Amino acid sequence: MADAKAAVAVHDAGLRHHFDDSAQQFQSSTIGMWVFLVTEIMFFGGMFAAYTVYRGLYPDAFASTSRFMNVTIGGINTAVLIFSSFTMVLAVRSAQLGQKKALIIFLVLTLILGSVFLCLKYVEYHEKWVDHHVPGPAFQYADSRYFHQAQILFFLYFAMTGMHAIHMIVGAGLLITLIVMAARNSFSRGWYTPVEMIGLYWHFVDIVWIFLFPLLYLIGRPK
Amino acid sequence: MGVFDIFPARASAAAGNVDALYAFLLVVGIGMTAIIFFFVFLFAVKYRRRNADDPAPRAIHGSLPLEIAWSVAPFLIMLVMFAWGAKLYFDNYTPPLRDTFDVYVTGKQWMWKVQYPTGQREINELHVPTGRPVKLILASEDVIHSFYIPAFRLKHDVVPGSYQTYWFEPTKPGRYRIFCAEYCGTNHSDMGGWVTVMDPHDFAEWLTGGTGGSMKEQGEKLFQQYGCVTCHVTDREGRSPSLLNIFGKPVVLDDGRTVLADEAYIRESILNPNAKIVKGYKRDIMPVFQGQINEEGLLQLMVYIKSLSPPVSAGKESSK
Amino acid sequence: MSTMLPFAQIEARPNYLNVDYGWKSWLFTTDHKRIALLYLFSITAFFFVGGAFAVGMRLNLLTPDGLFAHDTYNKLFTMHGIIMVFFFLVPSIPATLGNFLIPIMVGARDLAFPRINLLSWYLYIIGGVIALAAIAQGGVDTGWTFYAPFSSTYSNTHVILTAIGVFVSGFSSILTGLNFIVTVHTMRAPGMTWGRLPLFVWGHYATSLIQVLGTPVIAITLVLLGLERILHAGIFDPALGGDPVLFQHLFWFYSHPAVYIMILPGMAVISEIVACFSRKAIFGYTFVAISSIAIAVLGFLVWGHHLFVAGQSMYASVVFSFLSFLVAIPSAIKVFNWTATMYKGSISYETPMLYAFGFIGLFTMGGLTGLFLATLAIDVHVTDTYFVIAHFHYVMVGGMVMAYMGGIHFWFPKISGRMYPENWARFAALIVFVGFNLTFFPQFILGYQGMPRRYAHYPPEFQVLNVMSTAGASILAVGYVLPMIYLAWAWRKGPKAPQNPWNAKGLEWEQSPTPPPTFNFETQPVVTEPAYNYSGEEEEVQRG
Repeated sequence: MADAKAAVAVHDAGLRHHFDDSAQQFQSSTIGMWVFLVTEIMFFGGMFAAYTVYRGLYPDAFASTSRFMNVTIGGINTAVLIFSSFTMVLAVRSAQLGQKKALIIFLVLTLILGSVFLCLKYVEYHEKWVDHHVPGPAFQYADSRYFHQAQILFFLYFAMTGMHAIHMIVGAGLLITLIVMAARNSFSRGWYTPVEMIGLYWHFVDIVWIFLFPLLYLIGRPK
Repeated sequence: MGVFDIFPARASAAAGNVDALYAFLLVVGIGMTAIIFFFVFLFAVKYRRRNADDPAPRAIHGSLPLEIAWSVAPFLIMLVMFAWGAKLYFDNYTPPLRDTFDVYVTGKQWMWKVQYPTGQREINELHVPTGRPVKLILASEDVIHSFYIPAFRLKHDVVPGSYQTYWFEPTKPGRYRIFCAEYCGTNHSDMGGWVTVMDPHDFAEWLTGGTGGSMKEQGEKLFQQYGCVTCHVTDREGRSPSLLNIFGKPVVLDDGRTVLADEAYIRESILNPNAKIVKGYKRDIMPVFQGQINEEGLLQLMVYIKSLSPPVSAGKESSK
Repeated sequence: MSTMLPFAQIEARPNYLNVDYGWKSWLFTTDHKRIALLYLFSITAFFFVGGAFAVGMRLNLLTPDGLFAHDTYNKLFTMHGIIMVFFFLVPSIPATLGNFLIPIMVGARDLAFPRINLLSWYLYIIGGVIALAAIAQGGVDTGWTFYAPFSSTYSNTHVILTAIGVFVSGFSSILTGLNFIVTVHTMRAPGMTWGRLPLFVWGHYATSLIQVLGTPVIAITLVLLGLERILHAGIFDPALGGDPVLFQHLFWFYSHPAVYIMILPGMAVISEIVACFSRKAIFGYTFVAISSIAIAVLGFLVWGHHLFVAGQSMYASVVFSFLSFLVAIPSAIKVFNWTATMYKGSISYETPMLYAFGFIGLFTMGGLTGLFLATLAIDVHVTDTYFVIAHFHYVMVGGMVMAYMGGIHFWFPKISGRMYPENWARFAALIVFVGFNLTFFPQFILGYQGMPRRYAHYPPEFQVLNVMSTAGASILAVGYVLPMIYLAWAWRKGPKAPQNPWNAKGLEWEQSPTPPPTFNFETQPVVTEPAYNYSGEEEEVQRG
């Protein structure tokens, strides 16, 4: 008990008063973020379920759409995101070690990589728009046998990658917040919880992409 | 059916089977409820606090044997319910492979179109014989409906994009209600009808046509049979013009013209409803009856519809 | 062990209600107790909005031909369902009593994330305002179940706006559940082991698991539905290659567990009340705790029982039927354990206990009729009829709402520092019980006779039972209006409550002042005894 009281007396800047000590606060934040990520899995899971059902119903139609997926951009984006997860890990490590400059550098790198992803995604979407592959009144599809099924596939494509992109944009906003906080000396070896938590979030968004990419871009591609 | 009847009319043996299972569930349900009510009441009274400062009773933390007993016993009863229900379910949803009398039912907002293999068609009416398995093949033209016949204890959703089936073997002649049982929009509760169970001789006669009655009575039957009464209700405005008191009077159309509601207008409105739309109503709502009603039927309908208006004096000009 | 000050000195100290005044101190609060009251006020408002729609429905059903235009009636039942499910039942007990009590019951100063708690209330309000805006603009007529393709392609009402309102309020539910889970894991006071937690906490923990896992699925389902309404790509429309039954699977994957979100907190309240007013530890504590978790887990496996007649494979239906029977067992275990708690207890009949009696009886009836629905061949006949309506109103209104009323009365002294008028409260409880049964019992009969649900008008042979049901509803309404009046009166003018008017066990009664200060306790509680230690025995090995 005395230790806890001493810890409170000298408490880190981030300790909130309803917690007994930093350890309890950190543990709470960690469990909280993991629970939130589970909700995100369920959220994306609904779309993955719909995709699975329709893929099972219309295998040929779905396979026919894979040649319209830009694997080059998709591949580059995959590499970009994986690398950004690496820079994020380095950012967390820097925070652990109390290295403010390194922390900011790695956060900025992660932000840049995330922005590259979003820019490339924009290019891809634009390409789809020009090709009339955006579902809606303007939708067209070369193989008239598969018109309706292909439209469903593209609907799911945009829903899944679009939802993913929204999460990336939110992540970019969070990174900016972290950079500002780091610049203002908010973090220290004793308290860097937001960096770690947003790191978890970033990794999750990366992992969702790692499932999306093969499913939407790679399966069914002719050799 | 009496107001408080637990069991409505039964028109098939399968309905009786479902009722038997229901009776079993009622016994279990009422029994279980009675047991709980009894013990709660008993304990509440027997162990009521006599004085505010009575000492707290001794704790009884639990009893593993009791927990097991009152988990396993209900589970075993539930197994019976489950197995019995599953068996009947399979029976009712698996039509016999041969010798079924197939009827095709299409649901559409807001009516049932029934077609027989012999080519006859009905709207909101189904005629079936006793003593023979009847298989329904169900389809939808628009949204999800559900074809429900309480007297057979059967329903199935009617899903656009697929066919669904169920079957029954009627045993008791009579007229029983059909309901749509999946919410489908504005007139969901109007989407009902009647199934008429007939013994095989009467059914064979019905199938080949031949009914009696005056033209007006025939017309009135057709007016119900073809579902006109669903929309052109004679005593309140619906989605369609009322047919009360219109014969022989001018009608304003949506393109600004005014025409007289005479025999030709009535006939055209039945066979080609989109030719003239009354002002304030939409096109493409009324089904097209071209090819569905023969001339004899048209005339019978005409006589009936005329009877809904006061008599028109002779010598009125017709329009056009 | 109590280290409390004498009553008079407690009186003079600030509590969470009088520590600060002004609208900012309420709208920007992070105190879980104040947030609970914000929720209480708004949830009550939505209850009466949903209730108003019910009044319209029952008036319409007095005569076979109805009172309103069909479109109007269809909107009434849709909006009744949406408001009652998403804006009343789902948040009710967790957001009010759960928010208020869980930190105190585990011995903490607040929930793990107080600011997220406030955010969850704002999300609830925003979602609610959006839903009300949809209603004000003419409402929605798809049924609360939003089945496609009617909702995606045919309905001309404000589906998207309503869906947005439900979507936003869903995040309120997720955040509440997240907060509770973390709090129970990390914020328990010294000595408060999992095995000593009040069953109220166990029940809310199980509820929170469902909220966190299930709600995101309806969120994405509504997003897909909204996009489909705009783009008409065909994901749920068979005319465009889509599968309308897929919508039903996605919808019910959440909405079935949702009904356990709605009932588990009610059961949690009943455990507390039965123990207190029998002055006896809950019989089978471990079984009741584990049953809550079992209901949460099994509840995710039974959604297909809503699709027995929908075109689902018969074999899948058989599996779902079996699992639906299984999920009834933990509920039955709870009912038996509550009853056994009363055995050789010391029972008193204050209002909370009257509501608990009502709950036990009516939940039993509702739960048993659930077995009827799990029975495949019976379900084919009674699904989509008034039998189903009667079943779920028995568990939701006869069960959950009674538990809610019981809980509000039980903890009213703690929350307000005052006592409510006991005789008026008992009278209202009795009216609710009578009115409820008269409203909904006839609907079981109507259902088996074949009256379908969502019918604006019906054949004349069903009229007598419908009139009985409407008569019951008018009595039930009185039973709900009365507490609004006397509780509002008691809040300002009721007699001051003693520290522990019920002589109940539990940290909230024994170690937190009535009403509590902002940080709940004067000194850090240390727990040394099991829950419900009414007999005063030392810690025993828990049996059963």
